[in-house]
Amino acid sequence: LSPGRVAAPPPMAAAATGTGGQTLGRSSFSRAASSKTASSSSSPTASGVKLGPNGAAFVSSGIPDLDRILDGGFLLGSVVMVMEDSDAPHHLLLLRAFMAQGVVHKQPLLFAAPMKEPRSFLGALPAPVASSKEDARQRAMGGGAAGDGRASDEGLRIAWQYRKYFGDERNSNAEHRDNKQEFSHDFDLRKPLERHLLNAQHIECLSTQDVDTLHDLQNRSSAFLSKHQRKEGGNLSAGRIAIQSLCAPQCGYFGKDWDMVSFLRSLKAMVRSSNAVAIITFPYTVLSDSFCKRWQHLADTLLSIKAIPDEDKDLAKLLTGYQDMVGFLHVHKVAQTNSQVPTQVNMT
Amino acid sequence: VCCLRHATPAPRDRFASVDTHAHSPLRSMRLRTYVTYFLQLEAEMEEYGAGDLLSEAMCAGARVVVVEDCVEAPAAFVLHLLLKRALAAGGGGGGGAALLALAQPFSHYDRVLRKMGCNLSMHRKSERLHFFDLQGFPGGTQGGAIADSLAQLYSAVQRVVETCRAGENAGRFTVMIDDVSLLEVAANGSADDVLDFLHYCVTLTSEMNCSLVVLIHEDIYSSEDGVGLLAHLRYIADLVIKAAPLSTGLATDVHGQLSVVNKGMLIEQRPAKGQKVWSFHFKVKENGADFFYPGSRH
Repeated sequence: LSPGRVAAPPPMAAAATGTGGQTLGRSSFSRAASSKTASSSSSPTASGVKLGPNGAAFVSSGIPDLDRILDGGFLLGSVVMVMEDSDAPHHLLLLRAFMAQGVVHKQPLLFAAPMKEPRSFLGALPAPVASSKEDARQRAMGGGAAGDGRASDEGLRIAWQYRKYFGDERNSNAEHRDNKQEFSHDFDLRKPLERHLLNAQHIECLSTQDVDTLHDLQNRSSAFLSKHQRKEGGNLSAGRIAIQSLCAPQCGYFGKDWDMVSFLRSLKAMVRSSNAVAIITFPYTVLSDSFCKRWQHLADTLLSIKAIPDEDKDLAKLLTGYQDMVGFLHVHKVAQTNSQVPTQVNMT
Repeated sequence: VCCLRHATPAPRDRFASVDTHAHSPLRSMRLRTYVTYFLQLEAEMEEYGAGDLLSEAMCAGARVVVVEDCVEAPAAFVLHLLLKRALAAGGGGGGGAALLALAQPFSHYDRVLRKMGCNLSMHRKSERLHFFDLQGFPGGTQGGAIADSLAQLYSAVQRVVETCRAGENAGRFTVMIDDVSLLEVAANGSADDVLDFLHYCVTLTSEMNCSLVVLIHEDIYSSEDGVGLLAHLRYIADLVIKAAPLSTGLATDVHGQLSVVNKGMLIEQRPAKGQKVWSFHFKVKENGADFFYPGSRH
């Protein structure tokens, strides 16, 4: 994990549509339209949901690299659990990317955290990286699309297409600027998400600090998920639930181990039958070993975060780019739909 | 495998050969006997799943089977295999299963077993499979009511078993619980109530020609002090199947290792196989699982 890192481009966007040829109709390079089935299964629907094999549907985690590691993204209907590092707040990076991705795709969000004012956390959501670049390119390309056949424009287009063949994603993204909704975005953690996007969104916030029981959270989750029930062939509108530090000591219900694991079990069952993803981070060191294992077994996707110490000479020798790294993300298990085969992607 | 070649026959071996040197009538009679014997053996092997390592390790008379797993090596695939065998079992009538599912909804088992060649929806319709969707169990109020809910659940299971037994001259019925650790969560931590429930289920096995298969997550209990649910289950089990990851780490060909401990000694007709502990590797596939000795692939 390193902040502000430019990620490799998502592979789907480039193959997504065949409309590129029509956007610049005067071009002598016409691209073969991708087959119907390929585009329908690989291109994201407007709501940021990608379909996969076995009836699976994915939403992006907000981190394109993580989506690729997890073979698609976060599975709708699954529970993702993240074991926090007790010394460092890196799990917040995952949460911020997850929530920001949901906001960008206009997916309803339920956020619960052990803070007095969870809504204030929304100010920390990052803005997508591509947006500023895309605006600039749109302005530059405005002349070409308008239909004036200037020679310089023609030349610009041809050279630009060559660059596309060499795999420069930025240009091909601008070419598909009709297809604004990419499946996953790269987020710039230094830049906050625009206010108007947050206000237009359906975001519920809930505080778990000093709250005696989990009943409220359970009821709110239930109400939220009932709006996203899974229907066969229905409209794929996804919902996102983000719960930060579920078993943190500040929570009023801390210590009620059986209540917490019971809540997790019922949440898992509710999420299972819905078009939503729940991500739950938890400081596992405050749980007993036995309950920590129970939580791990309940997770469909299990990740854990380990902070990298600064000034570690051995690690500096071992890892390139050590200065930029803040931690390790370990993937323990990955959610599977309707399959008994474990995903052999256990990697750090 | 029956090889016909010029050698001394040894009927007890899996791989045997029959002397076909001279085609006298006496010899051909002997040949027919051997062929019949092997066909019978093959039929028996078919019944127990074509003789793979797991079915060899599992003695036929096991009434209480405990399957243990951990986060790194989940053993739900063992349950799927046993469920498939339970529904396929019984040559002619009978056989049947009740699945108490706390971990997954019906659609999951249906899809998984379908890839393994077993149609759960059809079995459910024809009442060979009784599916109890316990994802929301016990529902409603908690507290003292859990014992009642478990008692009700047991009555329902008992009724199902009795109905199946009363039907045709029934084959072995299987009650499967996926999984007991979640049952403990549903009981809000009351292991005593869960144990009572399990003991009642065990009585079914002795009275009604029924077997009990339960899945439990061993790593949850390994850090606990005192005698917990796991220790009790291991005690009452006839057969313990434990899945664990490889000590050497991950591999693409091997998903983990399975150890099978035969605690029960009595097997109906045949004498006990002698080997009490089996240990081998497994790889889970969409349509089943491969079992093989370490270092070999079948």
